[in-house]
Amino acid sequence: MHAELKKYSDKLPKSLLQEIEEKCPASKIKKVAARVYEEYCKTKIDAGEAVGLVSAESIGEPGTQMTLNTFHFAGVAEMNVTMGLPRIIEILDGRKSIATPMMEIFLKSPFNKGKDIHNIALRIKESILGEFVKEYVINIVDLKIELKLNLEKMGAIGVKHALLIKAIDKSLGKEVTSKEDGEGGLVVKLRGRDEKGLNDLYKIKEKLRSVYVCGIKGISQVLPVKRRDEFIVITAGSNMKKILDLDFVDETRTTSNDIYEIRKVLGIEATRQAIIDEVFKVIEAQALNVDIRHIMLVADTMCSSGEIKGITRYGVVSEKSSVLARASFETPIKHIINASLVGEIDFLNSVVENVMLNQPVPVGTGLPGLLTKVAK
Amino acid sequence: MSEVFLNGNFIGNVEHKDEFLTRVRTDRRSGVIPANLNIHFDNDLDQVFIETLKGRTRRPLIIVKEGIPSLTDKHIKQLEKGELAWSDLVDQGIIEYLDAAEEENALVAFHEQDLTPDHTHLEISPLVMLGYVTTLVPFGEYIQAARLSIGSKNQKHSIGLYTANFPVRVDMDVNLLHYPQIPLVKSIIHDISHYDTHPSGQNIVVAVMSYKGYNMEDAVILNKGSIERGFARSTYYRPAIAEELRYSGGLMDEIGVPDKEVKGYKSEKDYRMLEEDGIIYPEAVVSEDDVVIGKTSPPRFLSSLDEYSLASNIRRESSVSLRHGEKGVVDMILITENEEGNKLVQVRVRDQRIAEIGDKFVSRHGQKGIVGLIVPESDMPFTASGIKPDLLFTPHGIPSRMTVSHLIELIAGKTGALAGRYIDGTTFDSENEDDIRKELLSLGFRDTGVETVYNGMSGEQFTARIFVGNMYYQKLRHMVANKLHARARGPIQLLTRQPTEGRAKEGGLRLGEMEKDTFVAHGASLLLKERFDSDKTVVPVCESCGVIAIYDSYKDKRYCPVCGDNVEVNDVEISYAFKLILDEFKSLCIYPKLNLRSKY
Repeated sequence: MHAELKKYSDKLPKSLLQEIEEKCPASKIKKVAARVYEEYCKTKIDAGEAVGLVSAESIGEPGTQMTLNTFHFAGVAEMNVTMGLPRIIEILDGRKSIATPMMEIFLKSPFNKGKDIHNIALRIKESILGEFVKEYVINIVDLKIELKLNLEKMGAIGVKHALLIKAIDKSLGKEVTSKEDGEGGLVVKLRGRDEKGLNDLYKIKEKLRSVYVCGIKGISQVLPVKRRDEFIVITAGSNMKKILDLDFVDETRTTSNDIYEIRKVLGIEATRQAIIDEVFKVIEAQALNVDIRHIMLVADTMCSSGEIKGITRYGVVSEKSSVLARASFETPIKHIINASLVGEIDFLNSVVENVMLNQPVPVGTGLPGLLTKVAK
Repeated sequence: MSEVFLNGNFIGNVEHKDEFLTRVRTDRRSGVIPANLNIHFDNDLDQVFIETLKGRTRRPLIIVKEGIPSLTDKHIKQLEKGELAWSDLVDQGIIEYLDAAEEENALVAFHEQDLTPDHTHLEISPLVMLGYVTTLVPFGEYIQAARLSIGSKNQKHSIGLYTANFPVRVDMDVNLLHYPQIPLVKSIIHDISHYDTHPSGQNIVVAVMSYKGYNMEDAVILNKGSIERGFARSTYYRPAIAEELRYSGGLMDEIGVPDKEVKGYKSEKDYRMLEEDGIIYPEAVVSEDDVVIGKTSPPRFLSSLDEYSLASNIRRESSVSLRHGEKGVVDMILITENEEGNKLVQVRVRDQRIAEIGDKFVSRHGQKGIVGLIVPESDMPFTASGIKPDLLFTPHGIPSRMTVSHLIELIAGKTGALAGRYIDGTTFDSENEDDIRKELLSLGFRDTGVETVYNGMSGEQFTARIFVGNMYYQKLRHMVANKLHARARGPIQLLTRQPTEGRAKEGGLRLGEMEKDTFVAHGASLLLKERFDSDKTVVPVCESCGVIAIYDSYKDKRYCPVCGDNVEVNDVEISYAFKLILDEFKSLCIYPKLNLRSKY
């Protein structure tokens, strides 16, 4: 790097320094760098700027203009995703279970060119026994259930009878035994038939329907789509851990819209980025114009502790140091009583409590104080 | 087999439901069964429902048999002569009333020419699908449905001749238009409802053009000459009411000029307009806070101790004076007795309202506007024939709202004014627009309605031709005089010492949570403090225990009620609301301690 630029190595971001070096003739670097630094300083946020409030209002005001509940169709009618205000609320509240979890699975070469795309999609999708059963026949005399199977569908996904029996064994093995009936179907019998009755048979029938057979748990729908020049798989339902384990998945680009899952699998840094991306996606879809830095600030606040903290009275607000600020948000009685029990002290360091006391708020012109002690 | 329900109760089964339905219906039409019975068959449920109870909205329709309506020209002639009445038509089975459920089984034709053998009924007129007020909008078929409802809603707020006996009535908060006119463009409902006996608007000349930008964003511009000639002049009536209430112990209010000893006596000057009976004289010019009815009340609390003291016998002043911001002339005085036998005095105050900037005007098409400027007649633009419009309407109000009927009324009104006749603008049944235009052409004007217009100030001809015509405009009861409000200082609430709320209480305009945020976002910290200074107080605080101390102004000494007077007590400036919440904490056994620290 140029010697002149090195002086700025801790003052300017790397990308800017690089750009100067690439685009400037060596003779002018000193002048240019000085000018860039001057401009860079000008764009910095001033001390005492109420960034949090400006961010809150900058996201909140366009929020009032958002269409209440829009669904974005990802190709198929059944695959809809919560968008609009409900989605933003969901993200910023830090909800553990979201309304429509979704994944975008990128594939490694050669699969991203369309090789075996159909099979891959089917492998990912979670299948339950009910999908392969055409009819349940309850035999009251022998206390058994005869399952007539949809062999075509089984063939398409590559499910054999043995796999079904294994699946039933795995989840209901303690209650039933199952075997082939020789006509392409299955027979399920109750264990210890004497004390069991018709009622149990019905219960078992309902349980059989949802027995997990194959695929990845939680992925209820799959949809291979061609995006630009490669194939990706969009899923309804999300299970990041299992999906990233698959060898044909490009784990560098595959994402989920479930923020909590990202926290579990990829960690807090990825979570912050996911929050920014997801919120920005919604705002963009509504053709609103919010500076991404406002969202970044919110995401930073939510993730700064290493865990996701929602913008709720249980999350970020509960972290506020001021009793009065917390009490002025929600559940004032709880906060006042708890504060009185432990003798909490409010140092009046933030905005709300100073408004309550009619004192200058410590932002902008209210921030500077006197260094000199005034003689009494 | 279909199940049959009478008023929701199961009563039996019918084998052939079609036969059953026809039988019930023919019997109803011939008068065997009451005419207010309705029957309908639900295809999904395979059930027949018969309803006879009250609460069903029903509407009349002409019965159609094999594509031929039962109502013939013969009937109509008989109706015109008065030989037949409406009830006869119902009795004869020519017209029947259907409720919402039976309508589901009927196939109703809009027009006679639409009839097919499948139709069961014919609409008396397509107009009936609109409500009463909505049918007062002319050319309603040429307007967006949403605007049509807005237009009908606005008409309900218009000032007119609300009742003919207004001089002898005492109504609360009413307006009366001075020169109401019958609309030039009418609908049939105007005639049916005798609109000419209680009109609520005036026919004026409207030009669709801008004027120095004072009619942007839906504002309108008025001609000062028109106002001086009486356009949109109205009277506002509001009574001041006083009642001689009776209290326990045989005490009662007394209407009369208050004595000088009375507690809260204002001043002689304040009672100068009252006559001996304590009531103001008619035609007195009054303005805000003037006493209109003098009244005294017995003392508020009567305890046994006070009975012997002199002060207790002093009555309270409780006169009725004109509300803040009101003015007018005493119009009528009514002295009577109410249901409880108490003396009741009502003083009706009248206030002439001349159209001013801020008053609300509306055409009948949901095109409302606020007066933005009143232009001297000499400065108004004028047409080639010398007509000066009464009102200038902004052209930007038309495209997005698609109120085509507004434009048609303008042309129809112009034709009507020039031809000296009323134009029928009944929705779905109006006079032909082309014919109206042809008539306008024959009267010597362009059939498009545009005219050459000259600048009122320079006399130059405008490059564009301006759309000018006559329209029925209405003044709405929302006048600035009733809404104008500002405050610098004024009354405060007792509990919080913050300004009162609302115009009636001369209240402040709240700087709310979100407005506060804008100050913080600008970093205008000290300005924000100044805004919130309305309830600031200086309280002495004990440095040792941290609760609010006492300042004895008589001895000029500060002391703490807890720690005594040997502690340091300092003054702190806080909002009264915060002092209040500290007191509330204390009442809840929470000890809020203030730790003071010198700022400098």
